Amino acid sequence: MAKAAIELVGINKSFGPVHANRDINLEVAKGSIHGIVGENGAGKSTLMSILYGFYQADSGEIRVGGKPASIRSSNDAIAAGIGMVHQHFMLVDNFTVLENVILGAESNALLNSSIAKARSELLRLEREYGLQVNPDALVEELPVGLQQRVEILKALYRGAEILILDEPTGVLTPAEADHLFRILKQLKEQGKTVVLITHKLREIMAVTDTVSVMRQGTVVATRETARTTVEELAELMVGRRVLLRVQKDAATPGEVKLSVRNLVVKDSRGVTMVNDVSFDVRAGEIVGIAGVAGNGQSELLEAIAGIRHAVSGSVLLDGKPLDTTGPADPAKLRKRGLAHVPEDRHHVGLVLAFEENENSILGYHGQPRYRKGPLLDVSEILADAKDKIEKYDIRPPNPRLKTANFSGGNQQKIVLAREMEQDPTVLVVGQPTRGVDVGAIEFIHRRLIAMRDAGKAVLLVSVELDEIRALSDRILVMFDGRIVGERGPDASEAELGLLMAGIEQKETVA
Amino acid sequence: MSAPYAKLPAWVDYGLIPLINLAVAFIVAGLVVLLVGENPFRAAAILVEGAFGRGQGIAFTLYYATTFIFSGLSVAVAFHCGLFNIGGEGQGYIAGLGIAIACLALDSILPWWALFPIAIAAAALFGALWALIPAWLQAKRGSHIVITTIMFNFIAASVMVYMLVDVIKPPGSMAPQTRLFLEGAQLPRLNWLIEMFGLGRIRSAPFNISFILALAMAWLVWLLIWRTRLGYEMRTYGFSPKAARYAGISETRIIIVAMMISGALAGMMALNPTMGDQHNVALDFVSGAGFVGIAVALMGRSHPVGIILAALLFGMLYQGGAELSFEMPNISRDMIVIIQGLVILFAGALEHMFRPAIQTLFASFSPRSVGMTEGKGA
Amino acid sequence: MDVFNIVIQTLDSTIRLSVPLLLACLAGLYSERSGIFDIGLEGKMLAGAFASAAAASVFHSAWLGLGMGILISVGLALVHGFASITHRGNQIVSGVAINFIAAGSTIILGQAWFQQGGRTPALAPSERFEAITFPGATALREVPVLGPIYAELISGHSLLVYVAFLAVPFTWWVLFRTRFGLRLRAVGENPAAVDTAGISVEWLRYRAVICTGVLTGIAGAYLAMVQNAGFVKDMTAGKGFIALAALIFAKWKPVNAMFACLLFGFLDALSIRLQGSPLPFIGRVPAQFMQALPYVLTVVLLAGFIGKAIPPKAGGVPYVKER
Repeated sequence: MAKAAIELVGINKSFGPVHANRDINLEVAKGSIHGIVGENGAGKSTLMSILYGFYQADSGEIRVGGKPASIRSSNDAIAAGIGMVHQHFMLVDNFTVLENVILGAESNALLNSSIAKARSELLRLEREYGLQVNPDALVEELPVGLQQRVEILKALYRGAEILILDEPTGVLTPAEADHLFRILKQLKEQGKTVVLITHKLREIMAVTDTVSVMRQGTVVATRETARTTVEELAELMVGRRVLLRVQKDAATPGEVKLSVRNLVVKDSRGVTMVNDVSFDVRAGEIVGIAGVAGNGQSELLEAIAGIRHAVSGSVLLDGKPLDTTGPADPAKLRKRGLAHVPEDRHHVGLVLAFEENENSILGYHGQPRYRKGPLLDVSEILADAKDKIEKYDIRPPNPRLKTANFSGGNQQKIVLAREMEQDPTVLVVGQPTRGVDVGAIEFIHRRLIAMRDAGKAVLLVSVELDEIRALSDRILVMFDGRIVGERGPDASEAELGLLMAGIEQKETVA
Repeated sequence: MSAPYAKLPAWVDYGLIPLINLAVAFIVAGLVVLLVGENPFRAAAILVEGAFGRGQGIAFTLYYATTFIFSGLSVAVAFHCGLFNIGGEGQGYIAGLGIAIACLALDSILPWWALFPIAIAAAALFGALWALIPAWLQAKRGSHIVITTIMFNFIAASVMVYMLVDVIKPPGSMAPQTRLFLEGAQLPRLNWLIEMFGLGRIRSAPFNISFILALAMAWLVWLLIWRTRLGYEMRTYGFSPKAARYAGISETRIIIVAMMISGALAGMMALNPTMGDQHNVALDFVSGAGFVGIAVALMGRSHPVGIILAALLFGMLYQGGAELSFEMPNISRDMIVIIQGLVILFAGALEHMFRPAIQTLFASFSPRSVGMTEGKGA
Repeated sequence: MDVFNIVIQTLDSTIRLSVPLLLACLAGLYSERSGIFDIGLEGKMLAGAFASAAAASVFHSAWLGLGMGILISVGLALVHGFASITHRGNQIVSGVAINFIAAGSTIILGQAWFQQGGRTPALAPSERFEAITFPGATALREVPVLGPIYAELISGHSLLVYVAFLAVPFTWWVLFRTRFGLRLRAVGENPAAVDTAGISVEWLRYRAVICTGVLTGIAGAYLAMVQNAGFVKDMTAGKGFIALAALIFAKWKPVNAMFACLLFGFLDALSIRLQGSPLPFIGRVPAQFMQALPYVLTVVLLAGFIGKAIPPKAGGVPYVKER
C-alpha cells in the first residue's frame, strides 16, 4: 500500500447549529487521484477549507505525509505542500499569468528575479505536464479553461505535492474537462497527489483511483473506483432517506399555460447556461426540473420569471408571448398571472430588514387593494399579512416582526403565502424547501399539490431529487443547459441520477 | 457564512448604541478642548447656556436647526435608497439661484405668503435638477454618485460665483450678492412664539417660518418613506437591489426619483438663510450646512424624528458655539466642525465598533435575550 | 513682455500649482490601488500643512516641520484605516469625517497656540524649503529659448517640487517593479486572491494608507512651507478633491497622474493669468469656467463619454473572509 499523503482523523466542524463536518476520517494515498463526491451541502467544501486553512476544525487531526500538521492559514497549507484550485478562481484579472503565479511567492522585494525565475519554471512545468499557457497574457483575456490552468500552475509553482480541486469542471466545456483530466493523470504519474471534489459521477469514474462519498457532513463510504459502479455511488450519495410521501391524486392536466420554446440564456460572463430548452406546463400539473445545481436550472427559472434576459427563444404565458429578450419586467408578468418563488429567498425573495407585513406585499405593492389615496393602506396590509400568517401557520404570528428574525421555514412560508395567495395562473417555484425544517417541508409540499389541484400550472425546480419525485407529474432532467430527458413520476432514483450525471442512455427520448 | 449580528433589544440598537457613539464623539471633542487649555465641562456649560439660556439663544438654535433639518432629510432620503448624496451643499447653493430669480422678479409684486410657495418650488426645482445629472449618470452610466456629487459641489460653487459676480450683482455694487429683497421676499419671524413662553424679549434672531416648513417636510418624508409606494420601493432598492429587481422596481427610475427628492430637500435648505435671514443671496451662503446634513442623518439614523433631534443638537452647537467663542476666545465656532467630524466618524464609519462588546455584556447578563438571528440556511 | 516670457511664466506657475495636486494624487493612488477609497485627501493635506507650519515655526526647522506634517497626516490615515480596514466601516463616511476633523482642529489649535486668527506665524526663509538654483542657471539665463527654460522651469524650485516629480517614476517603480507594488495592485483587484496566497490583506492595506499619509503630509508641507510662508485656515481649498479628480482622470496610473495634475495645474495658472483679459478668438472666458473645468472633465470621464475610468475592482468594499 502506498504511503498516505493526507490523513484526516476525527474532524468535526460546526457553524452555529449546523454540523457541517461530523467525525470525518479520510486517507488519501500518495500519488493517487482521490475523488470526493456528495450533494450540495454534504460538507465537501467545508472539509477542504479546513485542509487549506480557511477554517479551523473544532476537533480532529490533520496529518500530511504521516506527520501531524497544524494548518491555521493558507500559508501553513502552502508550506505543507498543499495547493488548492478554487471553484471561483483566485486570480487577479488584470494581471499577467506570470504576475498571478508569483503573487505571494516572490523570491525577494524586487520583481525582476521572481519573474525571470517564474518564466523558466513555467517552461519546465509546461514540458513536464503539458501545461501550456502564454506567461505574458492577461488573465482576463484567457478562456476559462486556461485560467484554471493558471491556478494549477500557481499551486505547482509553490511546490504543491498535493493538489485539491474544488468542482473544477463546473465552468469547463466537456473538451476542456477532458483536457483537465489528462493533466491530472499526468500529475499523478509525476508522483503528485490529487483530491478531486465534484458532484459529477462521470468525472469520478473517469479519473479517480479511489472515491469517498460524503452525505450530510459525514463520509459514508470509501471505495476503489474500479470496484464500484455509478449506481452504487449515486445510491450512497443520496442515501436511503425517509421517503417523502405526499398524498395526491393523479393529475388532470388541462390546457397549456406556460410554454418555453428554444430558450437560450447566457450568464454575465457570456457562458451559455440554458441551451435551446423547450417544454410546456399545463394547467393542473406540476412539472419538475431535476438536475445537479449549476446546470442551468436557476437561469432558466430567472429568465421565465423576467429577472434575466434570454438571448433568444420565447416564453408564452397563456398562449401569448412574453418579451424575453428585451429588458424583462417582473411587474408586468405578475399582472399577467405569473407568480415566482425565487431560489434565493434571502437576497431576492425577501428584504430581510423589512417587517413581515412589508415582505408580504413585495412585488404586489402597487396593487390598488394596498392603497388608500396616495398612501399605502397600512391597516389593510397588516390585516392581509395576518390573514396569510394564519392560513400558512407562519410563526411567530407577528406581522410587525423583522423578517430576519423568522426561521428559514417561516421565511419561506412568507414568500409562498405572498405568491400563492395572488391566485396566479402559473406558479414558478425554485428550491421551495432549501434550508427549511421537516415540518415546514411537509406543509409546503401539501400547498404545492393544492395549487396543482386548483388548476394552476406549476413549474418546480429543485436539486432535491426526492422532492421532485414526490411532487411532479412529469420530470424533466437538466444537464449542462439542456433538457436531457423526460420521465414519469415513477422513474427510479437511479435512473434519474444517471440522467442528472449526464450519462447518456439509449432509450432517452425527450 | 457571514455571521449575522446577534439580536439586541430595540432600545439598545436605536438608543444605547447611538448614545454611546455620540458620547465617545463628545469625549474626544472634550479632549480637544483640554488640548487648547480650557475646561471641557465649563465649555459644555457655556455652550448649553448659550443655546438654551435665553429666548434669544433658543431662537438662534432653532434657526440653525431649521437648515440642518432640511439637509439631514436630504441625506436621509438618499440613504434609504442606498445612495450617498454628498452633494447637498451644491444642490442647496444652486437652489439659491432659483430663490434669487423668484424673489428678484416678484418681491415687489407679491406679499410673502404668495411668494413663499413660489420660492419653495423654485428652490426645490433647482436643487432637484442639480441632483438629476449625477443621478442619471449613476443609473445609466454607472458613475459613482459620491464622486459626481462632490464634483457637482465644486461646479456649483463656480457657477454661483459667476452668476453672482457677473450676472446678478446689481450694477455699481462691489459685493458679490443680489440686492436686498423687498418685504415680499422676507419671511416672517417666529420669535414671538418663543416670547410667548416668557423667555424674554428677542432682539434680532432670524428664527422664521421656514422652521414650520422644515417640520412639515420631516413629516412628509416620514410619510413618503414609510407610507407610500414610492418610499417602499426606495427602501426595497436600498436594502437589496436584487429584491427590487425581483419586485419589478425599475432601477433607473428609483435612483433618479430618490436623488431628485433628496436634491429638492437640499434646495429648500437655502430658503432659511436667504429669505429668512440675510434677505439676499450672497456668496457662500450655504457655508457647510449641506455637509452638516451628513452628520445629522447619520446621527438621526435617517429617521425624521431622529433627524429633528440631531438637527437641534447641531443647532445648539452652532448657537452655543458662537457664545462659547466670546467666553473662551480659544474655542471658535470651528469647534463644531470638529464635533461634526467626530460624530460622522463614530456614529457613521465606526458605528459597530462597540457592538461586539455590548453584545458580550448583554449575553453575560441575560443569555436568553440575545438570540442569534437565523443564519444563512445551507 | 513678449509671448515667450508669458508662456514660460505660465508654465512655471503650472509646475508650482500642480505640485500639491500631484503629491495628493499619488497619495490617493496608493490607497485606492489597495482597494481603500479615500475622499479624505483634503483633510490629511490640510492637517499636514498645519502641523508642518506649526512645527517649523516652533522648532525653527523646515525638516522638523516636514516630519511633523507627515506624522500627523499618517495619523489621520491610520484613523481612516482603523475605520475602513479593521472595522469595515463605510470608507466614504470615514473620509468625510476626517475632512471635518482636520478642517476644525487646524483652526482651533492654530488659534489656541498662536493667537493669530487661525494662522501660524509667518515662517522665516530658514524655516522653509527654499528654491534650489541649479549650477549655471544664472549664467545661462541669457541664452535664448533654452536659457529661460533651464533657469525658470527646471532650476529654481524648492526641494519638495523635485520630490513630487521624482515621486512619479518612483511610484511607478514601486507599483510595477516591486513585490509590495504587485501585492498592492492585487489586493485592490481581488483581495481573496491575496488572502489565499497567504498574504495578510489587512496589513497590506494598512501599509498602503500609510503611504497615502506620507504623501499627503508632504503635500501639506509644500502648501504651508513652500507655496506660502505659514498656515492659513482652509488653505487646501479643495485641492484634495481636485487631486481625487486627477486620480480618476489618470485612471489610477502614476504617469497619467502627473499629466492630469499638470493639466489641472495649467488650467489654474491660466485662469490666474487670464483674469479679465480676453483670449483670442474665444473672447473673455470667466475664471470660474477654468476653475470648474477639472471637475467637469472628471464627470465626463466618469460617465464614460471619453474613455472609461475603471476603478480598482475591490475599491470601497471591505474585505470579509468568506467562502
